[in-house]
Amino acid sequence: MQTFRFDLCELPEETRGLREEVRAFLADELKHIPAVTRAQTWSGHDAAFSAKMGAKGWIGMRWPKKYGGHERSAFDRYVVLEEMLAAGAPVGAHWIGDRQSGPLLLNFGTEEQRQLILPKVAKGECFLCIGMSEPDSGSDLAATRTKAEKVEGGYRVNGTKLWTSGANRAHYMIALFRTDPEKKHDGLTQFLVDLKSPGITIRPISDLAGNSHFNEVVFQDVFVPDAMLVGKEGTGWAQVGAELAFERSGPERYLSAYLLMKELIRELSKRGGKEGAKEVGCLIAHLVTLRQMSLSVAGMLDKGENPALEASVVKDLGTGFEQEMPVKAHELIGAEPTVGSGDDFTEVLGYLTQTVPSFSLRGGTREILRGIIARGLGLR
Amino acid sequence: MNELQTILSDSVNRLLTDYSTKQTIVAAEQGEWPKALWDELAANGLTRVLVPEEMGGAGATWSDAYVVLKAAGEHAAPVPLAEAIVAGWLLARAGIAIPDGIITLMEGDFLLKEGRLSGKATRVPFARHATHGVAIVKSGWGVEAVLAPLDYAQIDRDQNVAREPRDTLHFERVVVETGWVELPEDGLRLFGALARSVQMAGALDYLTKQSVAYANERTQFGKPIGKFQAIQQQLAVLATQSAAAGIAAAYACAAADKGEASFEIAVAKVRADDASSIATSIAHQVHGAIGFTYEHGLHFATRRLWAWRAEFGSGAEWAEELGRAAFERGADELWPYVTSR
Repeated sequence: MQTFRFDLCELPEETRGLREEVRAFLADELKHIPAVTRAQTWSGHDAAFSAKMGAKGWIGMRWPKKYGGHERSAFDRYVVLEEMLAAGAPVGAHWIGDRQSGPLLLNFGTEEQRQLILPKVAKGECFLCIGMSEPDSGSDLAATRTKAEKVEGGYRVNGTKLWTSGANRAHYMIALFRTDPEKKHDGLTQFLVDLKSPGITIRPISDLAGNSHFNEVVFQDVFVPDAMLVGKEGTGWAQVGAELAFERSGPERYLSAYLLMKELIRELSKRGGKEGAKEVGCLIAHLVTLRQMSLSVAGMLDKGENPALEASVVKDLGTGFEQEMPVKAHELIGAEPTVGSGDDFTEVLGYLTQTVPSFSLRGGTREILRGIIARGLGLR
Repeated sequence: MNELQTILSDSVNRLLTDYSTKQTIVAAEQGEWPKALWDELAANGLTRVLVPEEMGGAGATWSDAYVVLKAAGEHAAPVPLAEAIVAGWLLARAGIAIPDGIITLMEGDFLLKEGRLSGKATRVPFARHATHGVAIVKSGWGVEAVLAPLDYAQIDRDQNVAREPRDTLHFERVVVETGWVELPEDGLRLFGALARSVQMAGALDYLTKQSVAYANERTQFGKPIGKFQAIQQQLAVLATQSAAAGIAAAYACAAADKGEASFEIAVAKVRADDASSIATSIAHQVHGAIGFTYEHGLHFATRRLWAWRAEFGSGAEWAEELGRAAFERGADELWPYVTSR
């Protein structure tokens, strides 16, 4: 029977200097930003901050120089991300382009697409979003219905994408459309869509906390040129699967609620006591373990291996860990979560209490991930 | 795994498959000493894996020993292999020659005076079968490793829920060998916890493999129960917990090879404890009534996990230490600390 492979992967000694550099940069940049804003981390959108990151060379770090990248190691990139998330930097604007869409275009995109997009993404000037879910296609992604029909010189697109994070502030979408209604998985194709194209309507949807980061994107006879097809017609499903391995294992898998963990430790250390110390110790043990698992997957990605299964393991464990954080905070402190109070701890608690349910929904629900893991165990 | 680790893993797993059989474990639970198993382990140098070559050992690292300790847990080997490995490592660090025989670890309250040991050691693994015990004692200006022959110790027999001997030993001015070691006062508890964490990761791996195999075999409602999503989702959780305990223990071993590793060892024991509570529950749920019988071997792993999670400091005790240290460093220093290790 196959079990999972998590070999230890140690960050190279050379990354220490970079870590210090990023830390110093962030200490200065974020000094006036309140904790509750920091808590948004990779959901926080700040174009000016992204431009500064781009100028520092911290976006597209692994990409070839000819596409505006910096040809740094996977570990350098990992360290930058860790520091950004731990400090609560507003990295949301360039996050998707840097993490998912850039690597996707490097793997499957044309030279023209890479030249068009990647240098601007690396500068922190061009933002992407990912059009996967639809009103009738959530976990069942292969049920995608938004149709791209072949026409002269390109495709005509009709349909609706839903829950598209950041579409209201993005320039391009990597979209999954149906090019063949007869085939299920093999009838799906990815496109790079300019969101300024005529016929696209983007409507932000307010989430339960009142924030508008996800959207409904309606396509009405939108023309997408042939040159914007990513990969091959009919290979969209496989490309999406490869892309999600990047989504499922990064440091955001254990640091998305770190700001709350930090504020919780601050509160509990004022009170002292055995119970608080014990619970904090447990959280630390889980954090450190998840970090090692995530690093292990990063090491496999760096070697060009396919850790899709291990990445699902990390995401399932990581989102569970993060969702436990507001529960522990409630059990141990019992303070009412607040909105707009100016109190760091209760405001961060308020933000994350309302936000953590999304962690095990977006990018593949917990049940889908466990299904993938079960398949890896030979049960399906 | 490097080459040595692959060789060690192959040889220890083969040996334990042959010698740590269900029959052996049952006999051991009834009080029999599994002599053939122990003699094979000793003859293959596995009991001295962490002893330097010049002192008659294999000269391996903790990361190498990981595969041996993990196999010991996976096969529920009813012998003090982990204890002997840690004891050999402690003795070597103190410059004390490793005696022939069966060496175990002793936690307790001791008084060391003029080379004589007095005091009481409690819940000593396999003491009734052992020839020597190793302890760490604070004395004078430092910490000493102590090698005590057990011939003159009074022994009260007891056991843990896995029916592994956990005896009490009384010493009255017993002549011992001693040597200074650079270790914290709780060094024995610390490295005992490391060994248990790795054994627990092994037992958790066994639970995963055994539960998946059973779910594929057992048919209800006309199909193997592993085809039901409710079971699949549970097994995914079990496998995930086992993977987490495994890497936490491996990380602690790597840290022990580099130097001071109390943080990583505490993390590993806490993580193994948490994983055990979740995994034993799922493994039994998936196995149904058959897994609750003595006849079925599942409990050799689950009862060990229930005992081991409390030994050499429970997860709660180690978590409290981690938490107190975090309070002392301050909230803003946790992240710099984690990333500096």
